[in-house]
Amino acid sequence: MSITQILFWFLSVLALFSALMVVTSKNPVHSVLWLILTFFSISGHYILLNAQFLAVVNVIVYAGAIMVLFLFVIMLMNLNKSVEPQKNRWIKIAGGIAGGCLLLVLVAALRNSEIRQQVVQVKEGEIGLIRNLGRELFTTYVVPFEISSILFLSAMVGAVVIGKKD
Amino acid sequence: MYLLAIDGYFILEKFLLVGLIITLSMVVAMYATYAERKVAAFLQDRIGPNRAGPFGLLQPLADGGKLFFKEEIIPLASSKALFILGPLLAMITALMTSAVIPWSRPLYIFDREVSLQIADINIGILYIFGVVSLGVYGIMIGGWASNNKFSLLAAIRGASQMISYELAMGLSLIALLMLTGSLQMSVIVENQQGGRLGGLLSWHVFYQPLGFFIFFICALAECNRTPFDLPEAENELNFGYHQEYSSMKLGFYLFAEYINMFISGVVMSTLFFGGYDIPFVNEATWNIHPNWLAILGFMMLLTKAFFFVFVFMWIRWTIPRFRYDQLMILGWKKLIPLALINMVVTALVILIWKK
Repeated sequence: MSITQILFWFLSVLALFSALMVVTSKNPVHSVLWLILTFFSISGHYILLNAQFLAVVNVIVYAGAIMVLFLFVIMLMNLNKSVEPQKNRWIKIAGGIAGGCLLLVLVAALRNSEIRQQVVQVKEGEIGLIRNLGRELFTTYVVPFEISSILFLSAMVGAVVIGKKD
Repeated sequence: MYLLAIDGYFILEKFLLVGLIITLSMVVAMYATYAERKVAAFLQDRIGPNRAGPFGLLQPLADGGKLFFKEEIIPLASSKALFILGPLLAMITALMTSAVIPWSRPLYIFDREVSLQIADINIGILYIFGVVSLGVYGIMIGGWASNNKFSLLAAIRGASQMISYELAMGLSLIALLMLTGSLQMSVIVENQQGGRLGGLLSWHVFYQPLGFFIFFICALAECNRTPFDLPEAENELNFGYHQEYSSMKLGFYLFAEYINMFISGVVMSTLFFGGYDIPFVNEATWNIHPNWLAILGFMMLLTKAFFFVFVFMWIRWTIPRFRYDQLMILGWKKLIPLALINMVVTALVILIWKK
């Protein structure tokens, strides 16, 4: 096995394991910390695909900002086992079946899609470098890019309006 | 990156460099504690530490020894793994930033060009941001795991302060990036060499004075230094987020602060003050061995960084602490709009200049 393959398997196992720990941890703070580890392993995958910008932005935005806010709220609410609402057993089973159905649909949809025919460019794709990515975003995809920024702006305005006291 | 031919010497070289830089950061941080006490003493008309060794020079060793031999207490009601993880993370994130800094020109050893930069990645500045944004976890996890109300409050204060000031920091750097057109640290330093007055006039600080000012304030806030030391405001929060810590775990937290200070000094000199460029002389025309030039440049970078560390201490012993609402108003209502204006003006000037 080459180093790339070893890294790929290591990161995949780490991502899956930490994602499972997010769901199974009893303590919500532990869940958030495992989620951060999941983001890190996904960033590692991005680096394997030579998408350096995406990798580092993933760390800055998700691990560095959004997860801090998650942690913030959970620490302030001081959730622990005694206040955790205990769900009905039947609801748990129904949730498991619904999640399993979603997985089935996703696998069935991806099985025959075009993505399967494309070869992954490990270590050699140039599109993930910041220069090429910026050029693509501001020429080919400039309209979707601007539309999504307007979406963010409206979300921000909405948050400020909700946050105002009067 | 992947095109590099990796051989044994390359790995050895990088290992040595990493070891050297970590040792350097540790030693500098150690003596920064001594310098802090001496500067404080000078500003308050005292003598400062003068018992251990000549001029008290062995004081950091005595302090370190004391911390190592103190009893280690882990609170029973805390979550033990996270309690240990907190100071670890603080230390790791403090040391990781130095990986992308170009310390000097390449050295030539046995016909090999040895680059004095651990990793010259083309997203250097973003890497620094990534690591800085992770720095908050050390404080948050430590403060929460202590299971103490004061620690928790301090941790939450620290987190909100760091997130708020990161935004202004990033915006102030965007203007700088427009000037250089690259995120690579080595390119940014190269860009500041060889102007008039021996490279002095090509330093970015003359093109981005406001950007530097904002960056400097944000660096103070990110290092939790006065006037932004609300997470460890002892008269409101007893001792801050590391209240339950003892022995070397406490030492790690205190140490990480000094390493952060040194590294942010180095980052500021690299981004705005020409990095290893020697001002007033054109050192490229000197007829000496490139290795000497590299060493001189390294000394110059250290001098600039130490100057910033001194300014940090000077500010600490001069200015009182902000109140919490003042801190938030300064961050969100003053610095961010200022940084945005700076960014737009810079963009306009560059656009007109190029036409």
